[in-house]
Amino acid sequence: MKFGVLVQEGPYHHQSSDSAYQFVKAAMDKGHEIVGVFFYHDGVINSTKLTDPQQDDRHIQKRWSEIAEKGVDLVVCIAAAKRRGINDDVLAPGFRISGLGQLTEMAIKADRFVSFGA
Amino acid sequence: MLHLVNKSPYSSSSLDSCLKFATKGAPIILFEDAIYGAMAGTSLESKMIEVMKDHPVYAIKEDLMARGVNNIIPGVREIDYTGFVELVEQHRPCTWS
Repeated sequence: MKFGVLVQEGPYHHQSSDSAYQFVKAAMDKGHEIVGVFFYHDGVINSTKLTDPQQDDRHIQKRWSEIAEKGVDLVVCIAAAKRRGINDDVLAPGFRISGLGQLTEMAIKADRFVSFGA
Repeated sequence: MLHLVNKSPYSSSSLDSCLKFATKGAPIILFEDAIYGAMAGTSLESKMIEVMKDHPVYAIKEDLMARGVNNIIPGVREIDYTGFVELVEQHRPCTWS
């Protein structure tokens, strides 16, 4: 099955980045295809390589970059990113900045679209 | 339709909103702070028992453990993320936050 995921909350805020990650991981482990993860609103903060948590903490940005290495498209909303000072200079590996049209594309392509956060 | 609730029913009306729209038989997953709704011995217990007459209610095990909630209302089904994915396979999801 094809799954799309929307993340609307920043990392280390409540829990949505973590929940979305756990969901994506479990879906991939079950053999599902992730058509993409779209980062919107404060969710775009997941994509900055300036993320530098303490060593004993989970590294939320790195976890996403590892998911991207498995072929998952990580799309960051350009308007939300620009507002928060996120551009290609600070973008972590595996993420790309694009427009809301990509969210529509994902929702059309996916059999199931799951929204986390906000 | 599968209803996803992530806010505590003690601080948000999202579970109430969900219940207004959920059709009979539609499953509900409580995750993140919403798992407080699955806690036994609370002011919401009798309401949740009523809810479970119309809806299967699930709670994410990891989120219960993270909050030290081990006394859940009988009838609430504990699932892990694989169980979450399986429910999404069976139903289109709707997030209430």
